[in-house]
Amino acid sequence: MNIELTDVCKSYEDYGSVLSGISLEIKDHEFICILGPSGCGKSTLLNIIAGLDMPTSGSVYVNGHPVTGPSNDRVMMFQGQSLFPWLTVIENIKFGLELKKFSKDRQEEIALKYLKLIKLEEFKDYNVHKLSGGMQQRVSLARALAIESPFILMDEPFSSLDKQTINVLREELEYLWRSLKSTIIYVTHSVEEAIFFADRIVMLSANPGRIKKIIEVDLPRPRKIDDEEVIRLRAEILKELRYEVELSEEKSKIVS
Amino acid sequence: MKKKARSFRDSAKISLLYVFLIAAWQFSYYIFVEKLSMVKMYMFPSPKGIVYSLANLIGNDILLDAVLSSFRKMLIGFSVSLIAGILLGLLLTRSAFLSKAIKPFILGLQTLPSICFVPFALLWFGLSDTATIFVVVVGSVFSICISTESAVKNVNPVFIRAAKTMGASGADIYTKIILPASIPEFVSGLKHGWSFAWRALIAGEMVSGTIGGLGYVLLVGRELLDINQIMVVIIIIIVISVIIEKLIFGKAENIARKKMGQM
Repeated sequence: MNIELTDVCKSYEDYGSVLSGISLEIKDHEFICILGPSGCGKSTLLNIIAGLDMPTSGSVYVNGHPVTGPSNDRVMMFQGQSLFPWLTVIENIKFGLELKKFSKDRQEEIALKYLKLIKLEEFKDYNVHKLSGGMQQRVSLARALAIESPFILMDEPFSSLDKQTINVLREELEYLWRSLKSTIIYVTHSVEEAIFFADRIVMLSANPGRIKKIIEVDLPRPRKIDDEEVIRLRAEILKELRYEVELSEEKSKIVS
Repeated sequence: MKKKARSFRDSAKISLLYVFLIAAWQFSYYIFVEKLSMVKMYMFPSPKGIVYSLANLIGNDILLDAVLSSFRKMLIGFSVSLIAGILLGLLLTRSAFLSKAIKPFILGLQTLPSICFVPFALLWFGLSDTATIFVVVVGSVFSICISTESAVKNVNPVFIRAAKTMGASGADIYTKIILPASIPEFVSGLKHGWSFAWRALIAGEMVSGTIGGLGYVLLVGRELLDINQIMVVIIIIIVISVIIEKLIFGKAENIARKKMGQM
């Protein structure tokens, strides 16, 4: 199982070039973080991998097959509220399983398994809007995991939550991922988050988004934010990012 | 418990107020019309006269026949409107070109009072119920079309994107996402469509000169110089509107919105 991007470029009529020359291979059971300043096209890149958006040029291959559209081998978890409000918690989790034409019993079994993993079994028949933001994102996570797809794409899934909840959910996700077979492609603007999760951090530069650097993070898991190695790496990345942000601001000044 | 007691007290007060107003109405009728003859009797309805007239209309089965006749036309007309309006609305969401080309036209037709179509209806269908039904259809179909289109367009695109990455495509997107997600807005659109249709119906019955229905009974009241009968029919029309709009459609809308967490 792998995803291969070759020289992916994306430009829009109104914004001009957003992504340029992105080549990247994503391997099996990898936790890969796409890190970059806002407006660097990292969400666009994720949408292109998902097949929700098409590159202007270049190619995306999944297991040797070109991507022509979205598919449940690349399930996506979104930033904001994306649970279906007309369904209950468990019905949301079953949504993708029903599309897989699983039997009712099998759907129930898998949904309950993932509800248990996110510790929300007792809320299974709740309407999703009765849950807090953090609980909703946990249900979103369970809904994505339940599909048991080889790739899970996450677009800043926790960024709308409060700091306390973010920390808990990060630990849960990292713990769950270690027992899963899936590859996670995780978009974030938080350096801390990227170091906490990633096997590899793909740093993007802005205007247009290019791969600036790929950093292998070979630190033992679970990682602690106050580890010496983590702090050192964080400082190093922040320095590069600051330069990047300043540069992009300069550029936009020249443009305007 | 406390809340219930207060709401009971409020409804008691409101009933009392109405009893007082009706009594005052009857009293002034007695003074100004019956005793002083300042206003001609056929020019002013009275509560007593209304009750007699109502009893008379019920006793002769006129009222029941009229309500049934109106409902029959309403049901046929509204059903046609629903089917045509939904199909037309969906068509608009499918084609940007079509939307651009005919939506201004549809918006224009929606603002036109539906009785403007009565001459057409009479020329095409003669003095028949079909003519009135036609007026009901043109009175509501455009409103239903526009609200269908906007209900579908307002579905949060993230729902559709999420569904796609979970393996949904084609018809699944319509039946599993767009349909349930658009229900609350669609139901409020239906409510508007219904009230357009209802107004068109009564106006149609009055203007087209066809026999049968509440609008016709109202018109007969004028011909008989029976102002109480006119008043009875007006009250019945209001009561039916309120029951269907507020109780049926309003309730359905509330349930749908509550389920979606919009309230």
